[in-house]
Amino acid sequence: MAGHSLTINNQTYNVEIKGETTLLWVLREHLGLTGTKYGCGIALCGSCTVHLDGKPVRSCTLPLSALKKDQKITTIEGLSQNGDHEIQKAWIEAQAPQCGYCQTGQIMQAAALLSENPNPTREEIKTYMNGNLCRCGTYLRILRAIEIAAEKIAANT
Amino acid sequence: MNKSVSRREFLKTSGGVALFIGVSGILPQMISCKSKKEVQGIIQKHPLTAWVQLTDDGRVIIYNPAAELGQGSMTSLPAIFAEEMDADWSTVSVEFSPQVSAIYGSDKWSPNNKVMLTAGSRITYGYYSIMRQAGAQARYILMHSAAELWKTPLEGLSTANGGIVDNKAGRSISYGELVPHLTMPDKLPEFSEPDFKDPKNYRFIGIDQPRVDIPEKVKGTTRFAIDIKLPEMLFGVLERGKVHGASPKLNNELEILALEGVLKLVRFDYAIGIITETIEQALAAKKLLDITWSEAPSNGFNSQECFKKYGEIAADKLTGKVIVNEGDISIAVKSADKKFTVDFKNDYVYHAQMEPLNAVVQVGKDGNSAEVWVGSQQGFDSKLGIPKYLGIPEENVKINLQYLGGGFGRRSMTDFVLEGTALAKEVAPRPVKLIWTREDDVRYGAYRPLTLQRLIAATDSQGNISGFSHCVVGDGGNLVASGIRIDYYDIPNKFAEWREVSEGIRLKHWRSVGHGPNKFAIECMIDEIATYFRKDPADFRKKLLAKSPRALATLDKAIEMSDWGSETDSNRAKGIAFLERSGTLSTGVCEISVNRTTGKINVHKFWSASDAGIVIQPDNVKAQMEGGILMGISSVLKEQLTIVNGQIQQSNFNDYEILRMADIPDSIETEIIESRETPRGVGESGTPLVACAIANAFLKLTGKPLRHLPFTQERVLKVLNA
Repeated sequence: MAGHSLTINNQTYNVEIKGETTLLWVLREHLGLTGTKYGCGIALCGSCTVHLDGKPVRSCTLPLSALKKDQKITTIEGLSQNGDHEIQKAWIEAQAPQCGYCQTGQIMQAAALLSENPNPTREEIKTYMNGNLCRCGTYLRILRAIEIAAEKIAANT
Repeated sequence: MNKSVSRREFLKTSGGVALFIGVSGILPQMISCKSKKEVQGIIQKHPLTAWVQLTDDGRVIIYNPAAELGQGSMTSLPAIFAEEMDADWSTVSVEFSPQVSAIYGSDKWSPNNKVMLTAGSRITYGYYSIMRQAGAQARYILMHSAAELWKTPLEGLSTANGGIVDNKAGRSISYGELVPHLTMPDKLPEFSEPDFKDPKNYRFIGIDQPRVDIPEKVKGTTRFAIDIKLPEMLFGVLERGKVHGASPKLNNELEILALEGVLKLVRFDYAIGIITETIEQALAAKKLLDITWSEAPSNGFNSQECFKKYGEIAADKLTGKVIVNEGDISIAVKSADKKFTVDFKNDYVYHAQMEPLNAVVQVGKDGNSAEVWVGSQQGFDSKLGIPKYLGIPEENVKINLQYLGGGFGRRSMTDFVLEGTALAKEVAPRPVKLIWTREDDVRYGAYRPLTLQRLIAATDSQGNISGFSHCVVGDGGNLVASGIRIDYYDIPNKFAEWREVSEGIRLKHWRSVGHGPNKFAIECMIDEIATYFRKDPADFRKKLLAKSPRALATLDKAIEMSDWGSETDSNRAKGIAFLERSGTLSTGVCEISVNRTTGKINVHKFWSASDAGIVIQPDNVKAQMEGGILMGISSVLKEQLTIVNGQIQQSNFNDYEILRMADIPDSIETEIIESRETPRGVGESGTPLVACAIANAFLKLTGKPLRHLPFTQERVLKVLNA
């Protein structure tokens, strides 16, 4: 068991956990950051998406030992102060979620998309979001939410 | 007023009040309450129905008796209550009611038996009259209290947006302000239709309110059962193998027990359970299990080779369980001008709800009580079978219902809850979080059954259907028989039967149940007949639905929406389907194209028109139709669970693929037919429209029928090249 120092949502956490443990379970069961979800464990559903230095990654296949000390992790809990990121506001406007389980992963993926490409086309959105599964079938509303957020971001800049 | 609390004490201690509005003949009562916990305790114990809690700071908490799995019950059921109570929606918050079916159940499942069950798209139907009655009674208590306070006749008062108005005296009081003055009438009236609010004054029914559960779902603070963490909590996993019903023999018990963090091994007839200190220890230990599995009933079963046998069963002279027998099918077939006989098939499909099954269970130290945190669709037993399993009184079990990360029927089973209980019992009083991995969830799933369906239709000299016979061969009773009725079609001779064949595979309701495969077969058969006689499939259905005006209205609407018959692109075609599910009538139209090299079907557009009776939240209905249609496209084009020699062949989203964003249609348009009829369900109406609409579009586009679900690229190519 080795000590790891993690920077999550601008806070430092020191944990004593085996290096092979994936970030997903560290976040959820050791640190209580349960907004990041377990869906498949093999990086095929996207429910566990977090940002590593601003880029979307699947925390379910990322072992602690692969993380470098100065890397910054952002989870849904740290995406915005009060759940008021443009993406989150757009998600509410589009009434996107149904069961909601996959939605935090969808939102993290979408936030990364818009920070890379603030004005994506429909096809670009579909390609970027293709790794995030939703069983309830909210894809059309997710698309709409991303388009709403992109419009708001464009209007604000 | 509860006799144990004097009025003075009540005023002194009250932070709010729970209005206990009883069922017929039981007087309503109010209980003062300082804390939420206290209220919950009172509600748990009290043999009355508590639907609402008012606090003197003006908040209104409405209790939702249904599970919330994304279908919007957390908003739509309280909206019905709030409408009749005439509440101010901005003051309303919603909580799950306690899980006690004797109090919060609906008798719409079976007469004289109250059940809490979120399934079959029946929640709005099941609770509409209950929520209206309770809301109207809450309003009456508030009006009575104001009348007492002002010493004026109740008849002169009215309500508006969360307050009582006395127009004559020019005064008003909000419900919150009224809380310290609440008094109980001697008798609480039972309201009936003319007493309820005039629909033209509705503020919530038929008018969209933002879903109350969405802000937390977007923030990531919604609590699903898998998110629960309790002090001293342990973790549990089970290895159940790949063959349903096989028994395990563990070959390396000592090795597993020696692993760090492993506290206990628990034996099940069909699995080995492990209890550990951390989740990672549980998952690591599970991988190291060396198990020899026994023979099982499904050994030798191959899901792609069984159809020959099923065809022979369908051809047998011995009739199965008759479901429909109207007119005389044998005479109709014998005297037919033309007879059509077609077999349709479908493979197993898996639920794939995004939150894998899990439960947190704590059994009391003496083994005489249990508390559970679970995402469940509830069930005929509101305590989920735990009292019986532990042999303890029902009142000693507390179910804390959590949000569900999808259900689709899978969470109406209690297998995972009882597994969690079995583990927790071994380490009582420490709580255990049982987690199914995705692989567990796929392999030990309970699938929509595989079936073969033999349809025989007789037509007369004008090409009208004179007889329609449907034989479904498969396992699971209503799981394969639901949706086999075609009451709305004007056909003089109808016959439907189920022939049982069991393979030892676990089965369960899967969104829209038998309607998926059965409507696929029925609606494709209709198109095959229409196509044979060179009739337009929409016109053909118009004639069949001539005596069902509500059904016909959905057909006409979908024809109009989709601009039926206007195809200009020769690479695309439209297909149509009509069906009834959970009392809702729907017509769907889709537009597809086919890549003839790869066999890939693309669904470009989908239109649906539904008559679901009174609609509580229109946008939510649209969301359900959209979701149902997308899940339908997923299951029809991609999903296939296969079994070889009893072994489940798939294990995760790598080999059980579901629809991704790249493959969604450009648009799904939903229309709702205006209606004042009883509200019905829509959660399962979209899904079964898809298979038949796609296959019918394919028939039109290629002249070839698709008769085996799913329409994998391989199968499509085979049909195209046949």
